[in-house]
Amino acid sequence: MKIKKFLYSQKVAPYVFVLPFILSFALFWIYPLCSTIMMSFQDVGPAGAEWVGLKNFSKLLKDTVFHTAIKNSMQYMLWTLVLLIPFPMAFAVLMDSRLVKAKGVWKAFLYLPALTSVVISGTLFRLMFSEYKTGQMNVIMAALGFGTFKWLKVKATGLMALLIVCCWRWTGVNMLYFLSGLKAIDGALYESAEIDGANAWQKFRYITIPLLKPTTIYVLTISVYAGLSMFMESYMLWAGPDSPNNIGLTIVGYLYKRGITKNQLGYGSAVGLVLLVMALIINIVQLVLNGTFKKEER
Amino acid sequence: MKKKLLSALLSAAMVATMLTGCGSGNADAPAADGAAAGTEETAGGEDAAEGEGAEGEAEADAVTTVGDPNGTHMEMWSFVEAHNTFYAGMLEKWNEANPDRTIEITFTTYPYADMHTKLLTSLTAGTGAPDLCDVEMGQVPNVYEGVDTWLYPLDDAMAPYAGDMLTSRLDAYKGSDGKQYGAPFHVGATVMYYNMAVLEEAGITQADVDAVVTWDDYAELGEKYLDAIGRPEGKYWTSVDTAGVDWQWIAMAEYGEDWTGGFDGEANVQLESVKKMLTMEQEWVNSGLAQVSPDGHVDLEAGFQNILDHNIVSFPKAMWYMSRFINYMPEEKGNWYIAKCPVFEAGQNCSVGIGGTGTVVTRQSSDPALAADFLCYAKMSPEGETVIWNDLGFDVCNTALWSDEAFAHDESNQYNTFFRNYPYDVLNDIKDQIGTIMTVKISPTINEQFCNVTLNDILENGVDVEEALQAAQDVVSLEQ
Repeated sequence: MKIKKFLYSQKVAPYVFVLPFILSFALFWIYPLCSTIMMSFQDVGPAGAEWVGLKNFSKLLKDTVFHTAIKNSMQYMLWTLVLLIPFPMAFAVLMDSRLVKAKGVWKAFLYLPALTSVVISGTLFRLMFSEYKTGQMNVIMAALGFGTFKWLKVKATGLMALLIVCCWRWTGVNMLYFLSGLKAIDGALYESAEIDGANAWQKFRYITIPLLKPTTIYVLTISVYAGLSMFMESYMLWAGPDSPNNIGLTIVGYLYKRGITKNQLGYGSAVGLVLLVMALIINIVQLVLNGTFKKEER
Repeated sequence: MKKKLLSALLSAAMVATMLTGCGSGNADAPAADGAAAGTEETAGGEDAAEGEGAEGEAEADAVTTVGDPNGTHMEMWSFVEAHNTFYAGMLEKWNEANPDRTIEITFTTYPYADMHTKLLTSLTAGTGAPDLCDVEMGQVPNVYEGVDTWLYPLDDAMAPYAGDMLTSRLDAYKGSDGKQYGAPFHVGATVMYYNMAVLEEAGITQADVDAVVTWDDYAELGEKYLDAIGRPEGKYWTSVDTAGVDWQWIAMAEYGEDWTGGFDGEANVQLESVKKMLTMEQEWVNSGLAQVSPDGHVDLEAGFQNILDHNIVSFPKAMWYMSRFINYMPEEKGNWYIAKCPVFEAGQNCSVGIGGTGTVVTRQSSDPALAADFLCYAKMSPEGETVIWNDLGFDVCNTALWSDEAFAHDESNQYNTFFRNYPYDVLNDIKDQIGTIMTVKISPTINEQFCNVTLNDILENGVDVEEALQAAQDVVSLEQ
């Protein structure tokens, strides 16, 4: 009878239902997070871990390669915000309007890249941007009458290649987020606006954008994090964590290089922790400014 | 009651499946990504180029078990499937010759990056490491970090063969405590490859090439070639590397310097030899004698294509590059001539051992002494070395074989017939002139800084050599 009481208890049931999440969260997030914090103050070597205080962090301050990585990741993140919020939003509005035919096909086309493996697509993009004259981009350059160009050796074009991979891959996903946000907007609002004589732009500006705000904030938050933690795209584009003049080095790429390739888990943990703190600060500031934490918004 | 029991069971099942769903989802995804990434790196990665990894486009996780099922069971990992095939063949021979000490080995081929990561993790953890494992030269400092606690020294096992082995090559695989921990496949002696077929069309003979002694002679011959063909756009004498330090290694070996400073010294990249080489390379790029290798060095797809297109007609590279001709450029058969590398001043050493795979025995092995005996038999005995030369095409370290007519001039060996001269004739010629650059803890940092920044700055962006080397030294000093 006790079991029956337990199972039907309204106090216990919620905990049973959230237990799987709590467990996996503890196992795969809390525990690694704690050990990362611990290891960032250690030197993890063959003889075991040794406490070194703030040595890893003071070295990070002097490490110019790490500074390059931060600069690259920040730049990349800002560009993804510029490219991956307005355009997917515009596409979503188009998809939701009567202007587009065969919407299913378009949606599928835009979403398809997200399903492909970054490893395969990254390799294909690397071959396309090859500096040799047979690379796709150089073939196009030749057709336009220009000479060959070393795409992945120059900062600007390297970043461009990364952003192209990123947009190709994530435009469809962000568009779906915005589409679901659009579906939640009551059609009656648009109808009444039409009766009041609003044109298409006014409807977009004064109905769509404000009511999409929760979706936009969500997309913004995950984009900040995804931009800062980008790794696979650059790893595949330059066939490894190394790139000429470190133009493709990201924070996670540097973490991988230190922690995995060079087996300096302590120093790698310090890099990871800096990334976490950066992403947290940017997102908290952004969420506060957007008013997400205000009571009336709930 | 029954209904309630059923519902309780159902919810329990649901919770359980959700749990396992979460667990496996989290665990599998990164592993799969990593495996695929590693394969790619082996095909085009910079590290792979330093060794003989490029032929290692093996499937992830190719597993085979070979040998006597009643013998001692062992595990062996490699990142090149051809290496495992070689060991498997040698294992059969070992078991025949040693019926009282038979072995059975499970061979696993992993992608380059994965294998080294797995090895390091299992050595650090103290469990799960294989008995025997291939370690690529660039990764040696990481694996040697735990010398005697992680690895089993091979000094006793290699004693029967050590006398014939090239000492400078064995030294490259010694630990900081002076013991031998890795068994080499090859010398990796650097030589100069010349496309004689193209040179002859331009009126340059083999005698002209043989007359080259210094880098000045080499550059002069290059100018002569370019003049003869009318200096068309896209044609060069050679290509210099921005993603590999082979040229700098050659320079250091010629002057007898070493930027790592050895096990106890301080690293110093601002060496006279390095400066001279970089200044010379920069001049060549500016004057149009040399181009920057497409994608950074010649051991990549773009590099092979560049050679096939005859955009460059000579380049220095280790002997193991011969297998790239066989595997990727078979149409070049009969065109190429192998010669000594030029030197800065007559009388200097003209070669250096580059790249390679040191095979180690771990302390976690079930019978490390037996594993070491087998390993040294496979990689150092004349029987083993013959198979290495015939099947893998490496310049073997057993110098006694170099002058053995049946071995060095064997016409059934494809490497002997591919080139205009016998590779071992060149090797015999430079036998006492092969230098060693140590691979120690700081080496990966130096390589990384040079391949990512310094060489690009000097050769692509025209930065002053002194200035770029100072910047490199600053980064290297931070890691000391």
